Amino acid sequence: MQAVDDPMPLTLADVTIRLAERTLLSVSATVMPGEVLTVMGPSGSGKSTLLAFAGGFLDPAFRASGRILIGDRDLTEVAANERRAGILFQDPLLFPHLSVGGNIVFAIPQTVKGHKMRRQLAEQALEQVGLAGFFDRDPETLSGGQKARVALQRTLVSGPRYLLLDEPFSKLDTALRQQTRALVFSKAKAAGVPIILVTHDGADAEAAGGRVIEIGSETEA
Amino acid sequence: MYLTAGNGLLVIILGLPVLAGIAGTILPAFGYLPALGGFRPTMAHLAELAGQPHLLRSVLVALAAGLITTFAALAIVGTFIAGFAGTPIFARVHHLVSPLLAVPHAAAAFALAFLIAPSGLLLRLVSPELTGFTRPPDWLLPNDPLALSMIAGLVTKEVPFLFLVTLAGLPQLPLRRARHLMAALGYGRLSGFLISLWPTLYRQVRLPVFAVLVYSVSVVDVAMILGPQLPATLPVRIAHWAADQDLRMRFLASAGALLQLFVVFVAIGAWLVLERLGKLALTFLTRAGTRMRRDILPRAVSGLAMAGCAAIIFSGLGALFIWSVAGLWPFPKALPGTITAKIWLRTLPQISEPLLTTVALALSASALALVIAISLLHRNGRGGNAASYKLLYLPLIVPEISFVFGLQILAISIGFTPAFPSVLAVHLLFVLPYALLSLSAPWREFDPRFEQIAAGLGKMPLRVLLTIRLPLLFRACLTAFAVGFSVSVSLYLPTLLIGAGRLTTITTEAVALSAGGDRRVIGVYALVQAALPFLAFLVASVAPQLLFRNRRAMRM
Repeated sequence: MQAVDDPMPLTLADVTIRLAERTLLSVSATVMPGEVLTVMGPSGSGKSTLLAFAGGFLDPAFRASGRILIGDRDLTEVAANERRAGILFQDPLLFPHLSVGGNIVFAIPQTVKGHKMRRQLAEQALEQVGLAGFFDRDPETLSGGQKARVALQRTLVSGPRYLLLDEPFSKLDTALRQQTRALVFSKAKAAGVPIILVTHDGADAEAAGGRVIEIGSETEA
Repeated sequence: MYLTAGNGLLVIILGLPVLAGIAGTILPAFGYLPALGGFRPTMAHLAELAGQPHLLRSVLVALAAGLITTFAALAIVGTFIAGFAGTPIFARVHHLVSPLLAVPHAAAAFALAFLIAPSGLLLRLVSPELTGFTRPPDWLLPNDPLALSMIAGLVTKEVPFLFLVTLAGLPQLPLRRARHLMAALGYGRLSGFLISLWPTLYRQVRLPVFAVLVYSVSVVDVAMILGPQLPATLPVRIAHWAADQDLRMRFLASAGALLQLFVVFVAIGAWLVLERLGKLALTFLTRAGTRMRRDILPRAVSGLAMAGCAAIIFSGLGALFIWSVAGLWPFPKALPGTITAKIWLRTLPQISEPLLTTVALALSASALALVIAISLLHRNGRGGNAASYKLLYLPLIVPEISFVFGLQILAISIGFTPAFPSVLAVHLLFVLPYALLSLSAPWREFDPRFEQIAAGLGKMPLRVLLTIRLPLLFRACLTAFAVGFSVSVSLYLPTLLIGAGRLTTITTEAVALSAGGDRRVIGVYALVQAALPFLAFLVASVAPQLLFRNRRAMRM
């Protein structure tokens, strides 16, 4: 279902982000499909701005140089809605005005036609994460772990080219965190797309099991 | 930093009409008005204005009343916030005062008039037991020559406005820390707040304060209901000249409107001087280390004044209602002897047409304003900062009589007949700023990550706006709509001048009745006028509850 047209590697080529005259970070890396690149740094180190740059919604207060490529295609100047970057934030951020299923249906690409077909896909997606029968529920009535799972499936059904995870486990309690972490990584890797995870939690990096880039505050000028 | 296209649009929508209106005022004042046969520049009309009886008194009363109103309202609000911000009383008074903003100025003025008139409710409650009056005393109230009742009426309406705009600036201040620090240094609540927080807070509300000042110096409808007569204040006299059947009077009105512009400049200059003096006093207070630990009296007074504004308007509306259903009600009786629906039944048929016009105008003006506000905010995106919205205050900082009258002149010159679209256009000028101001705070506070997620899911910006942002801001949009609706309902002068008597609303009818109309009929009109904004706000608060009854997070 979340099959992507030929997964391609994601390349960050000499990406440097500055705020005023201060250099927040410089990163160069290529992430292969199914691989997780973990970017670690303390809060305020600008690791979330790296995701904003990759997703195409960097605040104009920041200055960025460098390029982002998917395969050979340069995405640097491409609008956010044409990049197809799946994002998971700290909060599940389910759209509160839609039902649980509505959140998923919204994410299904428009190439999938037909009300019935879309609903069926969404119900399958919910079933895969143990939420069968939750289609018509109000997202607000879900537990934290359930919300996180819906948010994950919402991202995956959209058929993203790459995934950006912004500390998606930091607000869950310890038991739930391990469980959700395992689920997210297994499903994300199964989707076979490059993944960038930013976090300040060493356990996240360990569970991700890929390369780790550490960025500090005020390092290379 | 970002002078975006959105702001350019705002300049055209709000700036051009104001400038054109001022030009349309100034030129005829010097005799240039080809449509009425004025071709040669002349000072004759200004001379004619100077020759009007008691002109100086009209000017001075308007000027003084405006300055006193602004000062009193600001003092009450400032003292109250300094004395109570962060306390339970504060929240209670907040709930009490907020609905007052929706009461149109004219309805509030009638409410006050019905309380304080010699045969009004207040005197009836204490007569004849306390006063010995068995018939209404021969007092000149309202409409006292010193404009005290007018000032009181204006203060009751400007206090809620200033209070709510000040509240908007309050969260950006380190209130708790400053309070603790100043208390630890031994300062009283008032002096501690004044010294540590007031200068920052005042800077944030300065523009609204000037809007209050300009409005109070130039007000027409409240002045007609509560203000002095023979001579009336300058704005009222200009409005009479501008609405005169004799078109030649337009020249005199132009000269008057030009003078009013000058009066407003003087008022602003006087306020700037007051600001300087206030700053000096505060510096003095700071250097002297004045602790003012016993500040219970001024604090209590400000609290009573805040609650008093609500009490006056609500009990006044109650008095309006009693009058509207009163049968025989001889003077010292506190309540009418008989209750009757006769007045309502008789008045409703004749009210229906202006009521329809009022609602149609208010609905279309606020709907248009909402659409424009949304598209401006959408185009400005995250680059739109608070500073770029300063222009919004332009129609509120220029006295309406000076530019709306000019627009009327321009309409006459082009041969434009007064009709719904032109009145709607001028309503939009006043509705748009309030709707935009109301919507811009929730718009900026919106969590951008919702939109980032939606964009990541491949949705176009317009689709994100329509399917995510607007539904999530549904309540804020409805509130902006209700704000716009109530502004439109309360507009008197723009409707009167541009509608030229051919398009009447509840408000123009009610104010017209104030000169010698039947009190019972006035009660009906003023109540209907006051009820309209309340209905709008009621819809704005109930509709989201119904629409999102299955979505808990949307019902907050």
